[in-house]
Amino acid sequence: MDFSYSEEQQMLQDSVQKFVQRHYSFDDRNAILASPKGYSEECWSLFAELGWLTVPYSEDDGGFGGLATDLMVLMEEFGKAMVVEPFVPTAVLGGGIIAALGDAAQKEPLLSAVMEGQLQLACGLYEADGRYNLANVATSAKREGDEYLVSGEKILVLNGAEAAQLLVSVRTSGEQRDASGVSVLLIDSSSAGVHKQQYTTVDGHKAAQIRFDNVRVPAANLIGSEGAALVAIEKAVDKATLCVSAEAVGALDTLLQKTVEYSKTRKQFGTPIAAFQALQHRMADMFIECQLARSIVMMAAMKLDSDISADEKAKAVSAAKSRVGKAIRKVGQEAVQLHGGIGITNELDVGHLFKRVTGIETLFGNTDFHTARFAQK
Amino acid sequence: MNAAFTAQELQFQQDVRHFLETEFPQDIRAKVDNRIRLEKDDYVRWQKVLYEKSWAAPNWPIEHGGTGWSAVQKYIFAEEMARIGAPEPVAFGMKMVAPVIYTYGNDEQKQRFLPDILASNVWWCQGYSEPNAGSDLASLKTTAVRDGDHYVVNGTKTWNTLGQYADWIFCLVRTDSTVKKQEGISFLLIDMKTPGIKVNPIYLIDGTPEVNEVYFEDVRVPVENLIGEENKGWTYAKVLLTHERTNIAGVPRSKVRLEKLRTLAAKTADGNGATLIDDPIFQKKIAEAEIQVLALEYAELRALAAVSVGKAPGPESSILKVVGTEVAQFIDELYMELSGLQSLPFVPDQFSTGFDGEEIGENGAAATALNYFNNRKASIYGGSNEIQKNIICKAVLGL
Repeated sequence: MDFSYSEEQQMLQDSVQKFVQRHYSFDDRNAILASPKGYSEECWSLFAELGWLTVPYSEDDGGFGGLATDLMVLMEEFGKAMVVEPFVPTAVLGGGIIAALGDAAQKEPLLSAVMEGQLQLACGLYEADGRYNLANVATSAKREGDEYLVSGEKILVLNGAEAAQLLVSVRTSGEQRDASGVSVLLIDSSSAGVHKQQYTTVDGHKAAQIRFDNVRVPAANLIGSEGAALVAIEKAVDKATLCVSAEAVGALDTLLQKTVEYSKTRKQFGTPIAAFQALQHRMADMFIECQLARSIVMMAAMKLDSDISADEKAKAVSAAKSRVGKAIRKVGQEAVQLHGGIGITNELDVGHLFKRVTGIETLFGNTDFHTARFAQK
Repeated sequence: MNAAFTAQELQFQQDVRHFLETEFPQDIRAKVDNRIRLEKDDYVRWQKVLYEKSWAAPNWPIEHGGTGWSAVQKYIFAEEMARIGAPEPVAFGMKMVAPVIYTYGNDEQKQRFLPDILASNVWWCQGYSEPNAGSDLASLKTTAVRDGDHYVVNGTKTWNTLGQYADWIFCLVRTDSTVKKQEGISFLLIDMKTPGIKVNPIYLIDGTPEVNEVYFEDVRVPVENLIGEENKGWTYAKVLLTHERTNIAGVPRSKVRLEKLRTLAAKTADGNGATLIDDPIFQKKIAEAEIQVLALEYAELRALAAVSVGKAPGPESSILKVVGTEVAQFIDELYMELSGLQSLPFVPDQFSTGFDGEEIGENGAAATALNYFNNRKASIYGGSNEIQKNIICKAVLGL
């Protein structure tokens, strides 16, 4: 048994920490958020240059190895700095689905473009009536000659405004919630009939609601076999879920560290508030939450890298997301409360970390969803 | 022991309900129903309607324009207001400074200030907290130095809610720094138009400039604006804080929000072909919130009953603030959970007056995370919940 980071993982961690020091202070991030794209193209090029965009892929696909434990190391550091570049939607989710389902002719050009930082992807997987159920696909794709005719609407498409190519789950057969009959189409976002309502999310990321009105998609853009995409979609979403859980671990640690620092400097009643035992115990409770969140995310990452069954992997990811969600509520709320009013202002990074972890709690299924999924698997 | 309303109280309830149904302006009601943020004009217009009915200030003594209602009538009124979504009058004038003026002000001050507060002609804001005086309010450092017929005020006040609308500010200022900190504080009323005052917005994490920092640089305030005696301000401030705690439990509003939550849950797809109201986990959470609100409601009714037989609300009322804000925050969480992924779009414009674009998310889903963020303030303001627990420890448990 060995919980220490490998040499590669340490190098990965170092490289993100150095990048953050140089390019991603809180002020840098605010400037990026205020820019029209909402993320930095310079940073994205650096992601490519530093090789981070290869981390999600196997060596066979030309990647760094595709280990969940590597992604965990990377994402934890992203979490500390609240990185907003669309790493998860493009490299983990979009690229992940292509890597799992695509044929050689599709994979090679698309994945190398992603790894080189030349291609942005977004995945339309959720619908308003579907809540977190990925099998709930009403968006239809009807075959007409050598095209599919796509109609429907997807919500919260992360990176949906910027991505050149969209991976969209569509129903090619069966009823609205059937597991079979779900397919993935690669849709050029400039196709006629693609309507985007783009927005920033409450935690500073870019997303869109995307409506498809009789969009014509070449049949060659089907990724994987028709009607059999759900398993791969769920796997990619599980990996993305692990990623944002690891991101939360980094952000929660930062929240704790900032709260402890603040309590030592904030004086009320003639003493630093850190001197009050009632508050000390609450910070100890935050520490306990952070440690449990970190531990369960490591568990899930190692399980994803092992050769257990798909169901066991899914169960491990749900356990992690559920437990991290609980830590998010506790640590996020306490960090704000112990900071007092300043904790809910835009001026301080604490409020932004609180918003990001709260957003993560909802992404890819909230705590209750994953608790139930854990119980059912 | 009897918690039922009398026949007269039930009649009163009918009268209040009828008045609100007919007189609460339709356009403001539409804003509330559509979760559009209210603006200054909306508050003022509504408060003037209440003023015309002589119902603007139920808590005031009758000789200053109060209603003379019993505690139960006030409770019924608050409940009916919440039921229809009518905002309570903005607290700073009506509930905070006015009680201090009518209790400790001189006759001239009462005549000068109270009628305009009652009629909503003047908007007041609060100058209590400072960057380094929050929970430890008595350590405040804004100074007022006597210079002839004026005080010269210097310092910074913070967490000043809606000060951008305000005509006047009531401030705690230090007039003696040689004595124990509570004994050198005075209560001063300041015209916001006085030279030397600057108001800077503070943006909260929901993106709204709801609070401000207010800077005072050599602001000259006539001595006749001092309330009561110099250096007695802390005593007056504590009275004000007790008034701030009345109704802070927010039971009527929490009850209404839970009812709406149930209605929405019955319309919200669970992703598996049913709705969230059938989801046992979500059901349990709603029930837990309802039970907590019931317990809180009866705790508040007991406190009210004690007041109505002539007792002052005791330090036990601190539990109303703690539990009231905690349950409101729990309900915020439930709304956010109900909205799921639709809680994540940040589209504040669609909750502003005049928005005519395509709305994202139904039933205000996109406001729910923002409300959750914003309302974390509830356990911080009005004496943080930690301070309320200190009060319970000292004043109730004798620790």
